[in-house]
Amino acid sequence: MDEVLLRTLTPTVIGILVRRGADFAAAEDAVQDALVEAVRVWPDEVPRDPKGWLVAVAWRKFLDAARAETSRRRREVLVDAEPPPGPGEAVDDTLQLYFLCAHPSLTPASAVALTLRAIGGLTTRQIARAYLVPEATMAQRISRAKRTVSGVRFSQPGDLGTVLRVLYLVFNEGYSGDVDLAAEAIRLTRQLAAMTRDEEVAGLLALMLLHHARRPARTGPGGTLVPLAEQDRGRWDTRLIAEGVDVLQAALAQDRLGEFQAQAAIAALHADAPTAEETDWVQIVEWYDELVRLTDSPVARLNRAVAVGEADGPRAGLAALAGLDPALPRYAAVAAYLHERDGDLAVAARRYAEAARSAPYLAERDHLTRQAARLNARLRG
Amino acid sequence: MAKYLLLKHYRGAPAPVNNVPMDQWAPEEISAHMQYMADFAARLEGTGEFVDGQALSPEGTFVRYDGEGRPPVTDGPFAETKDLIAGWMVIDVDSYERAVELAGELSAAPGAGGKPIHEWLEVRPFLTGPPTITE
Repeated sequence: MDEVLLRTLTPTVIGILVRRGADFAAAEDAVQDALVEAVRVWPDEVPRDPKGWLVAVAWRKFLDAARAETSRRRREVLVDAEPPPGPGEAVDDTLQLYFLCAHPSLTPASAVALTLRAIGGLTTRQIARAYLVPEATMAQRISRAKRTVSGVRFSQPGDLGTVLRVLYLVFNEGYSGDVDLAAEAIRLTRQLAAMTRDEEVAGLLALMLLHHARRPARTGPGGTLVPLAEQDRGRWDTRLIAEGVDVLQAALAQDRLGEFQAQAAIAALHADAPTAEETDWVQIVEWYDELVRLTDSPVARLNRAVAVGEADGPRAGLAALAGLDPALPRYAAVAAYLHERDGDLAVAARRYAEAARSAPYLAERDHLTRQAARLNARLRG
Repeated sequence: MAKYLLLKHYRGAPAPVNNVPMDQWAPEEISAHMQYMADFAARLEGTGEFVDGQALSPEGTFVRYDGEGRPPVTDGPFAETKDLIAGWMVIDVDSYERAVELAGELSAAPGAGGKPIHEWLEVRPFLTGPPTITE
């Protein structure tokens, strides 16, 4: 049975139920129930029209639930409201669903969970495992999110910016549990990109593809972190890189630059270099300048300092770093790197150890501790 | 079966025998240590005794209620004298003796010079619900 096909149909079927008069929360529950039934029944016999099957079963589940919960009078209205499948069902409301699930009234964690369930078609259990929280906690998060958006009209225009931020969050979570969130984020962004010509949607998709391409090379044995310069570039996925570059070029051709396109351009320049030494750092600095101009983000400035250090030498990098807030995450790690390039191993070792103490991720902490250890070993001579 | 918490301290436990900070180890000694920890957890998963393991950042803040309508009071980062937990592992084992045995193995993780750290770990039993039959 094709689980991805099943999950791809999820938002379309929710949209159809909503058009037939179900409210979003009830429609979403009914479709989840229908998905569970499909997983049970389809292995024996896959229906000829999977979408039609899902719509029929979900609608029946919805009516069952409505019968159980509402008065006789309400029920009759609903039964009367059941239309024959008609032209209205040819409209795909998936885009509306993206807007609803990333509605600005939702917290990021709620929007992520709701998006993965209502658009991704994942079960609450899968989402809970991916985020390492108890299933009951995730179920509550999702039902609270549904209550929060219950007053939002389905046809209201949405904000693509919040949708992109939600998809970016899902992608960045990586993979834990049995669901590959990065791959799921790419699937959802690809689906979104097919529905809109927005250049930043394409920019985000390109960014994801280009980073995903490097994933096989990013971790060593035992989950150790392998920095970009030391990655085995032969293990990068050239097919994903080619796709990412194509998507990015089409986006840039629209001539409306945004932060995701700029970030993707930087990733593309890294992907383009056959060796770390051949990286076009001068162009990367230019893209960081664009990114700083677009976002005014201190993190972008910090990354720019690294690029300046490569393009114009470590002293220039340290000068670029000097104006930034030392409390920034990874500031100490960047300082350590630039000091090492500048030949000041003692300071670099001290800054690496300091960076390790404030590292937000275990693999990063271990990596930084190793860097400090490597330099201390050289200093002992 | 009974659950135990194996607690590892950044600070507050007696000094280990092989007391060299990790950034002074050889890089391959760090790798050997990480591998030992991962193998240990994998082995306990294999025996059905592993429950959970987490590491904590050294940064921490004490926080307390400061009365109606007032923001909570924080004392900022830990002062140097306070106990500081580095991480934990929760195990579900048949006996206290087994918990101590496993803590001993975990404490033998290799450190500087490839020699065991002999780190002090704290073994704390969980307080759980009462059994059905109590007499």
